[in-house]
Amino acid sequence: MALLEIRDVVKTFGDFTAVNHVSLAVEAGEFFTLLGPSGCGKTTLLRMLAGFEQPDSGEILLDGKNMAGVPPEKRPVHTVFQSYALFPHMTVAQNIAFPLKMAGVAAAEVPKRVDEVLEDVRLQQFARRYPHELSGGQRQRVAIARALVNRPRLLLLDEPLSALDAKLREQMQIELINLQKEVGITFVYVTHDQGEALALSHRIAVMSQGQVEQLDAPETIYSYPKSRFVADFIGQCNLLDATITDVQPGRMKVEIEGVGTAEALPVPGAQVGGKGTLTLRPEKIKLGASLPQGGVDEVHFKGRVHDCLYLGDVTIYIVELDNGTLVETMLPNSGSGKAKFFDDNDLVELAWRFDAGHFVLA
Amino acid sequence: MKSKSLAKWLISGPPLLYLVLFFAIPSLIMAFAAFRFPGDYGGLLPLTAANPDTGATELLINFGNWRDFLTLENFQRFFEEPIYFELFVKSFWYAGLTTVICIVLAYPLAWLIARSPKKTRDLLVLLVILPFWSNFLIRVYAWMIILGPQSYFSRSLNYLLGLVGIEPVSLLFSQFAVIVGLVYVHLPFMVLPLYANLEKHDMALLDAAQDLGANAWQRFWKVTWPLSLPGVWAGTALVFIPALGMFAIPDLLGGTNSMMIGNLIKQQYLDSRDWPFGSVLSIMLTLTVLLLAALAGWAGSRGKDKR
Repeated sequence: MALLEIRDVVKTFGDFTAVNHVSLAVEAGEFFTLLGPSGCGKTTLLRMLAGFEQPDSGEILLDGKNMAGVPPEKRPVHTVFQSYALFPHMTVAQNIAFPLKMAGVAAAEVPKRVDEVLEDVRLQQFARRYPHELSGGQRQRVAIARALVNRPRLLLLDEPLSALDAKLREQMQIELINLQKEVGITFVYVTHDQGEALALSHRIAVMSQGQVEQLDAPETIYSYPKSRFVADFIGQCNLLDATITDVQPGRMKVEIEGVGTAEALPVPGAQVGGKGTLTLRPEKIKLGASLPQGGVDEVHFKGRVHDCLYLGDVTIYIVELDNGTLVETMLPNSGSGKAKFFDDNDLVELAWRFDAGHFVLA
Repeated sequence: MKSKSLAKWLISGPPLLYLVLFFAIPSLIMAFAAFRFPGDYGGLLPLTAANPDTGATELLINFGNWRDFLTLENFQRFFEEPIYFELFVKSFWYAGLTTVICIVLAYPLAWLIARSPKKTRDLLVLLVILPFWSNFLIRVYAWMIILGPQSYFSRSLNYLLGLVGIEPVSLLFSQFAVIVGLVYVHLPFMVLPLYANLEKHDMALLDAAQDLGANAWQRFWKVTWPLSLPGVWAGTALVFIPALGMFAIPDLLGGTNSMMIGNLIKQQYLDSRDWPFGSVLSIMLTLTVLLLAALAGWAGSRGKDKR
């Protein structure tokens, strides 16, 4: 049985449906991420798990127990808030001792437990500091320590890294992964940052307009998006509108209007005449002045460089196809000593393995 | 650099001058008066006199005869007669009780205002300060009518008391009336600083406390209350100190036994015209308040170290 089960949960605020018939299950020990743009319902779902909101319909089961009507203070669920919400009048140690005291842990045991968790987040020497005497990253770690000290069944994290700068964020991501492995507590993580979600999670639920669009492992979500929305939201992706012209076992043909025919892996439900989108990651596209033609498994097109973006390690080339569609491609700048291979308006050729693209039915 | 400090003086100069002229110097005059004798017809025994021959003003006091002009008798009187000490204790009790009642009444109100939508909030704050638009004495006289034996309030109360077999009570001219008056007049001074404090509280802290297992009672006493203490202290200073020196309310609403220290000081200056003893009472009141404030500050800083 899954640790957490969400069954057909609906939540509306007035006319607005924040969460629309969501069902999912989270296994014990999992690092599970709810990913989506703002307003997709991920925070509302999190607040329902914490108990701050009640679902209009549907059930939330934790360890098989229905959580309906259980107030936040009675749930074995703790939250790391986006603003950290550390108590400013308490020291780090007092902040962390707070949930222990609320749970009635024996006074003699409290300091030991506080020390243990301070060690986990490497903040032993800051125990007597007040929150305003800490840096953003340290505050973040105190908030996590405070939420973990009681060993909740479920730890909820509401965009916990969004207030940190990019470098610190990456460091904290590594710490979070290690911490989660170490303590073995189930994490439910909310973010709008797809990079963060891919880096941290065992599984990701991509949400849009109150619904789960796709629930899969990060690599599946990245490589095989189930919908145009997921493809577009996760990472950079080229979206080419196409129509199916031929379906064979193991292979199908799609017509990209004004450009030509491409081969792709067939998808369930594919039928000749079916419309959809060919999704193609920039790094999977080969780019060259002239590429060998006629490869059995390759799709091959011509284009013209429209824009170049030099990013240091790679250069992004935006290539315009015959029908005016812009396709993003990239070339690493390694080994050549050159910063750029092409300039604007250079004629180039594009190619990709037929199974690099992923067709999504409209 | 120099022009900057000049600007500083230009800005802070006038208010500083005002305070020196109308607060510091009068306070020193009063402190000095406490060591002088009362004059034959009240006031102070003069230290100067006009020379009958020349008409010039001459100083009467000198190193030989200063004992005829300066004395500790006034302080002696204060410490020897227990009635003054008792009056101090009673005044502190009234002011303390007023402060506590004000905190209890003002806290929920300030909380309600701080949690209202922005528009309602401004209206509610306006309503709190609205009484200031009418004269203080008129508002106290209104209480005389409300608490008077002929008012609907008194008559209904006594009717209800009669139903359960309790003797009718007289509300006006009692300690009860004095406390009601003191609380009524000072309540806004507690509401406003508390509101200013509570309004700034981060609601996420209460969510966090609840999430971490605190029930409503614990959330208040562990989070809201300690964070609101600066507001509570500000309100206490604004209520306790003026309430301590209040004389108009005991005069109008109090009976013979509800006199406060302020009444005695007023009596000494205006009725008995014993300025030196009035000065002693004022100084002792000021010193006691300062001592209490110092003690509170010391206790506060100790408490902080312990945390």
